Amino acid sequence: MSEAEVTSPPTLHLSSGPHIASGRTTAQIMWMVNLSLLPALLWAWAVFGWPVLAIAASSILGCATAEYLSCLISKTESTLPDGSAVCSGLLLAYTLPPAIPVWMPFIGGLLAIVFTKAVFGGLGYNIFNVALVGRAMMMATFPVEMTTRWLTPALGNVDAVSSATVLAQIKLGGPEAVNKILATVPDGGHLWLDFFLGMRAGSVGEVSVLMIMLGAAFLLWKGIIKLYIPLSVLAGVAVMAFFSPAPTIYMLSGGIWLGAFFMATDYVTSPTTAKGQIIFGLGIGLLTGIIRNWGGYPEGICYAIMLMNILTPALNDWFRPKRLTADGVPS
Amino acid sequence: MSEHRTPPPVSTMLMRGLFEENPIFRLALSLCPAVAVTTSVKNGLMLGVAVLVVQVLSSMSGSLVKHIINPKIRIPVFTLLIAIWVSAMDMILAAYFADIYQQVGLYVKLIVAFAIIISRMELFSMKHSVVPCFWDGLGMGLGFLVGLVLAGAFRELLGSGSIFGIAILPFKPLLLVVLPAGGFFTIGLIMALFNWVDVKRGHKLPSGGGGAHG
Repeated sequence: MSEAEVTSPPTLHLSSGPHIASGRTTAQIMWMVNLSLLPALLWAWAVFGWPVLAIAASSILGCATAEYLSCLISKTESTLPDGSAVCSGLLLAYTLPPAIPVWMPFIGGLLAIVFTKAVFGGLGYNIFNVALVGRAMMMATFPVEMTTRWLTPALGNVDAVSSATVLAQIKLGGPEAVNKILATVPDGGHLWLDFFLGMRAGSVGEVSVLMIMLGAAFLLWKGIIKLYIPLSVLAGVAVMAFFSPAPTIYMLSGGIWLGAFFMATDYVTSPTTAKGQIIFGLGIGLLTGIIRNWGGYPEGICYAIMLMNILTPALNDWFRPKRLTADGVPS
Repeated sequence: MSEHRTPPPVSTMLMRGLFEENPIFRLALSLCPAVAVTTSVKNGLMLGVAVLVVQVLSSMSGSLVKHIINPKIRIPVFTLLIAIWVSAMDMILAAYFADIYQQVGLYVKLIVAFAIIISRMELFSMKHSVVPCFWDGLGMGLGFLVGLVLAGAFRELLGSGSIFGIAILPFKPLLLVVLPAGGFFTIGLIMALFNWVDVKRGHKLPSGGGGAHG
């Protein structure tokens, strides 16, 4: 931006966009996002045990290795210290089942950075969310491990039992499965509370809606994310919840909270204007519901976000801000 | 019709198809069958041989008949010529290689519509005599064959851990690459390799990026 600024005469300041500078660097933002992701990891460690930390480390290592090597090969300044690769690695780990073999996230991280970021030109040029492409590639490469290695959460547990996620159970069993799940709730227990706190089988970082909300609240307070995208994603899913036998479970399970607050809001792959962001979010929510209700997978947020990522350039173009003249009249 | 042009040297004609104007990796033609059949070396080889034979015969027969066809209807005539050779090839493969034919048969019939074959007839056979057309067709066909075998070997080795159906690795390293999506990744990676070699040889990348259309 600096070379575009006109230094003299100083009366009229001409520069290319972006025109609003917040005084924050990419590195500051990315490390704050990483910080906001920690509560969910702490919760995962509490209910799933030490393996989740190994998964996170393996995934981050994979992303960081690929990031370092791709910068080395392309002879550009290393973008490793800015924390974006660490963020991708952390988010990728959050989308994986907690009992997945620990070497797999490393492969996933490598593939994600190379094929989503490096080949498109590095930081800021990726079309798709890096972590989600990593997950999609792992789904294709390790289909069994990615869909069966679930754990039943237990605070301070020693022997974790494997069980299918609620969405998978409903997908297979329909309304009867819901009754079965409800029957397992002890008297005086609240199923929605368990789901809200994160006492459910699911991917590493998605289980606790509360912890995700804590992290998201921090990002909102710091002004890093805005509510347009997350709320419209949730609204879209809520519409689709009407078709579900158990709407409350529908809204509190799967990865929609993690996806809505931390993945759909990725700066690089989401639209910049408020209108565009609302359409983007609604699209994600509706597509998630379509995949969940009538598609082949129990959860659809990953593919829904990637599909809407493709539309981002178009949304930016369709919902441009109106240009105003000095009098405030549209030109 | 105009006189024959002086054909380039044989090595140039061969290398053009194999590398500089490789149908798959430089011209980015016929990517659909290239992605669909390269799940194993055997399938890739089969379709590659079929294309090679059809390309050589079509180029030569196109060159033979170019003086007696009205230029206005040359495209339909060329298509008919290709269809003749494809039908012959199709029947031969169905008769002698029934097991592989079950997997690649659909794409063998589709060779009629492969852009590379008719484009070589249009660009080369119309201006040259039969013998250079043989070399040009051989180069292009070999380029296609090598491309399919390269992609097939990469995908079969990484996706199934085998080559020619013989297990080489005790595990399947990356199932992704035998899936259709992996086909695009594979073709893209080899395309990047071709561009990289081209840059190393002192050529500049076309302004629109890789996969320049010839």
